[in-house]
Amino acid sequence: MVAQNIFFYVIAATMVGSALVVVTSRNVVHSALALIVVFGGVAAQFVILAGEFVAVTQVLVYIGAIMVLVLFGIMLTRAKIGRDPDMTNDHWWVGVVTAVLLVGVMGYALVDRFGDDALPADRRIDAVNGSNTATVSDAIFSQYLIPFEVISVLLLSALVGAIVIARKDR
Amino acid sequence: MLNQFLLLGAVLFCIGVYGVIARKNTVLVLMSIELILNAVNINLLAFGAMHGDITGAVFALFIIAVAAAEVGVGLAMVLIIYRNRASVDLDDVDSMRG
Repeated sequence: MVAQNIFFYVIAATMVGSALVVVTSRNVVHSALALIVVFGGVAAQFVILAGEFVAVTQVLVYIGAIMVLVLFGIMLTRAKIGRDPDMTNDHWWVGVVTAVLLVGVMGYALVDRFGDDALPADRRIDAVNGSNTATVSDAIFSQYLIPFEVISVLLLSALVGAIVIARKDR
Repeated sequence: MLNQFLLLGAVLFCIGVYGVIARKNTVLVLMSIELILNAVNINLLAFGAMHGDITGAVFALFIIAVAAAEVGVGLAMVLIIYRNRASVDLDDVDSMRG
């Protein structure tokens, strides 16, 4: 439990620092690379929470696919890769006020309600099979089969829609 | 132990909200939205571990799939805005302003 806490705080500090780089950096590519660090940290937190399958999916989908798409978007839309002083708009202080208020309210509510709830030491849901991955697949293909199929159709329609929106010959 | 995960999620969420409000570049706004979705996923996994329920992990997977679809369509829209206006600056996309 102590080792888990140490790892949690090390990873969490890295994640928060990288997330701040994502939203404050003057270089778009630096923002994207910092976002990869955040995604990797989120995958590590999933491992601490015994969600191995979600962690692997996070690495495959976010770091492997979404970040490549985002980097493609950066390369295709910006002629110059590098520092750009004009990246934050004039009323950025509205964002600071909103974020600080929101983190204050949410932090107070969370500490007030879940301040002394503990996580179980053994976070395997199904101790018979010994892994949460088997339980996840059981749940997806029985209880959540219809949402799973709906997600498949959504992905297909998003793919077709993206091609239709972005193609040139119209 | 539960609360530190929830607080981490809240902090990441608020950093993402700041990014959505303050950034000018459309691609950076999309990246901030990804931050927000990841914060929600941490919360789902933490609550799932607290209740000993697999539903949190299943819905985190669904959110990852929806995020992939959202990024695909979002970047296609960014590309067509760039092609029509030669800019991805959100302040330039103001044709709805009266």
